[in-house]
Amino acid sequence: MEIKSFLFQAVVYLASAIIGVNIAKRLGLGVVLGYLLAGIVIGPFVLGFVGEEGKDLMHVAEFGVVMMLFVIGLELEPNLLWRMRKLILGLGALQVLITSLLIGSIAYSFGQTWQASIAIGSILALSSTAIVMQTLSEKSLLKTTAGKSAFAVLLAQDIAVIPLLALFPLIATTIPEMETGSLIHDFNGWQQTLIVLAAIAGIIVFGRYVIGPIFRWVSKTRQRELFMATALLMVFAIAELMVIVGLSPALGTFLAGVVLANSEYRHELESDIDPFKGLLLGLFFITVGATIDFKIIGSNIFTVISLVFGLMLLKAIVLFVLARFFGVKSDQKIIFAVSLSQMGEFAFVLFSFAGQYAIIDQALINLLISVVAISMALTPLVFLVNERVILPRFFTKEKQDRAADDIDEQHKVIIAGFGRYGNIVGRFLRANGVSATVLDNDSDRVDLLRKFGYKVYYGDASRFDLMKAAGAENAEIIIIAMDTPQQCLEMVSLVKKYFPHLKILSRAYDRNDSYDLMEAGVDHIYRETVDSSLRLGTDALKMLGFRAYKTHRAARTFLKHDEKSLLDLIKLRNDSSSYISVAKEKITELEDLILRDLKDEQILERDMGWDSKALRKAMAKEAND
Amino acid sequence: MKSAQNTTQFCYFRTMASVLILFAHPVFEKSRVNKALIQKISNLEKVTFHDLYEAYPDFDIDVEREQELLLKHDIIVFHHPFYWYSTPPILKQWMDLVLEYGWAYGTKGTQLRNKKLFNAITAGGGFTAYQTEGHNRYTIKELLIPFDQTAFLCKMTYYPPFVVHNAHLLKPNEMEAFADDYLKIITGLRDGVFNEDDLVKADYMNNLIGKPYTL
Repeated sequence: MEIKSFLFQAVVYLASAIIGVNIAKRLGLGVVLGYLLAGIVIGPFVLGFVGEEGKDLMHVAEFGVVMMLFVIGLELEPNLLWRMRKLILGLGALQVLITSLLIGSIAYSFGQTWQASIAIGSILALSSTAIVMQTLSEKSLLKTTAGKSAFAVLLAQDIAVIPLLALFPLIATTIPEMETGSLIHDFNGWQQTLIVLAAIAGIIVFGRYVIGPIFRWVSKTRQRELFMATALLMVFAIAELMVIVGLSPALGTFLAGVVLANSEYRHELESDIDPFKGLLLGLFFITVGATIDFKIIGSNIFTVISLVFGLMLLKAIVLFVLARFFGVKSDQKIIFAVSLSQMGEFAFVLFSFAGQYAIIDQALINLLISVVAISMALTPLVFLVNERVILPRFFTKEKQDRAADDIDEQHKVIIAGFGRYGNIVGRFLRANGVSATVLDNDSDRVDLLRKFGYKVYYGDASRFDLMKAAGAENAEIIIIAMDTPQQCLEMVSLVKKYFPHLKILSRAYDRNDSYDLMEAGVDHIYRETVDSSLRLGTDALKMLGFRAYKTHRAARTFLKHDEKSLLDLIKLRNDSSSYISVAKEKITELEDLILRDLKDEQILERDMGWDSKALRKAMAKEAND
Repeated sequence: MKSAQNTTQFCYFRTMASVLILFAHPVFEKSRVNKALIQKISNLEKVTFHDLYEAYPDFDIDVEREQELLLKHDIIVFHHPFYWYSTPPILKQWMDLVLEYGWAYGTKGTQLRNKKLFNAITAGGGFTAYQTEGHNRYTIKELLIPFDQTAFLCKMTYYPPFVVHNAHLLKPNEMEAFADDYLKIITGLRDGVFNEDDLVKADYMNNLIGKPYTL
């Protein structure tokens, strides 16, 4: 293959990434698979745009992994870890250990070396953080027991990558060329250890005491790119230090990330590093895709397929059994087990790492990488099968169990979301003797409300099963008062689809949100700021000496007028408006509104019944005659 | 002026009664006559002016407060335009809510006993229109029978109405004259200058100050 210019390569990689990820997203396959597909397409087996140089590029792209670990470190808030310690150290650690052990023993029994078996087992035990988190949040499952447990396991796996990175060089039989870059080869064993420890201590001290002042000094310039440069410099410097002392750069940056997780610059660092991380990781996955050897897969197609299903089943069973011991109940167990059953993107990282140390045979790595990729691609499908086939069967049983003690407590009203909006509605209804079933995903609030005798269900209200458990089938009204317009809309579509008999009363954030809700078919929409703004306006008019009753009626008239124009303006709303900038759209709309205010006859000439002008004229005429 | 003030002072120690004017006008800002009337009586000693539409634009009447006000006063005035031979709705709402059974009427409802009640009304129609032969077919007094009966049920004495006819056609000086009449009546009632017999028998309160309407 001829050598292509740098620009040509850049064009090929970026274009393939954009197209690949876009298509994958639309198919619901997730970003990682998009990159992989892009890599496969431009790789030697399909279009052949990239060939051997892909391997070199991989080394650059691996820096994305280093950055990913830095960001993972940043995200590991000590508080969060402490709160979830039981799940992470229990459920998570056990999952990694047991699954590694099982897969490792199988590999060993198939004639792999013990080193390779350990590597394969531990690598395949990991799940895909990117895909799982994405899918769980898409399905609003993150706040459920299953979601939380899955998150804990993923955290445990992320952390487990660090010891694995440290472990592979130790069990390696050959030392790769890369390692010769280490400058501490001339020292003897204990000196080397000392230097390594000093480097780690250095990173911790540096992160604690030096980085803060540096960032403060840099941020004084108010140049964002300088801050970004500093962040990148820090990551590069730590990575280089790690290479010098012969440790994994990923390990070093992870450590730095953890040290900085509590600093005031955490969010800024994260948002600065994130785009680089994302692009480099994308590049990394593309190169993985490009290096997949389809000849090997083609000749071992049955092995690949049976490996995919065997491994996923094995992982799911381990997860399911473990979930029993950690208080995950009924349908949540299945969601939990299914969601983590695939292999993850860490496998690509660790396999290439293991390849460098020649722990695993390259042909096998190729085969396993394709297994991992296929299992990741299957995840959305597995979720779907679980939702459509497994859960409904499982759930009917659940419902029968519960119906006995719940049936006489059914409320006619369900309130989804008991935040600052929903709580007022709920209190008002309760003050008038109407009890409502509340769905909320803030556990502290749920505890409090339960104390006061509210019937509260914890969890994301837009989950079908939760709605069902809350008695949606027998309720009459649902009040949707969730915090974000997005959540409210999701809730509306769920209700419209599964509980069409419910009258929907929905909170709306603003006009645009009202339009969305109207288009979703909601009849009763309440913009959250309108009433309060009008009350304020009413009081302002009163303070200016207007009659209270006049201002009161004026506010009612204005509200009616405003809602009428809402109905009229929605007809003018076209889809192309999304291309106009939002701000401009808002201004145009405001202009329309003000013009309508000026034209509305109702506003100008209301209360004609009380107007005596016409009467006065007629009477004066009569008197004159 | 000086002597009038002295009389006021004198009566204050003797028989000075307190007056509560319950005013109800949904578009007071547009009513010229009522502006003139109210300007005269809104700042008098022992006279409380209570603007119902201003106090309760949402019709959410504070019954307890209203009852307290009633207890503190001897003479109650329903001051309003004569819309459709009756009061604007807030005054009806006020009656429905404030004049409670067991408080204002019923065997135990004696809180208003011996207080006085009358209407002060502005009407678009002339005096002739409110006659058996006129186009309103009934006199003002007849049309006010529900209020008479309300007062009776609440063990109050019902006084004749103070009426401003042809309210739409009045010229400024005429309005001013009616405003002075109103002031005279309110202060007269407060200071006890009218004879109780005359009060009960008169058709219009206007007659008591020598300003009767005639055909």
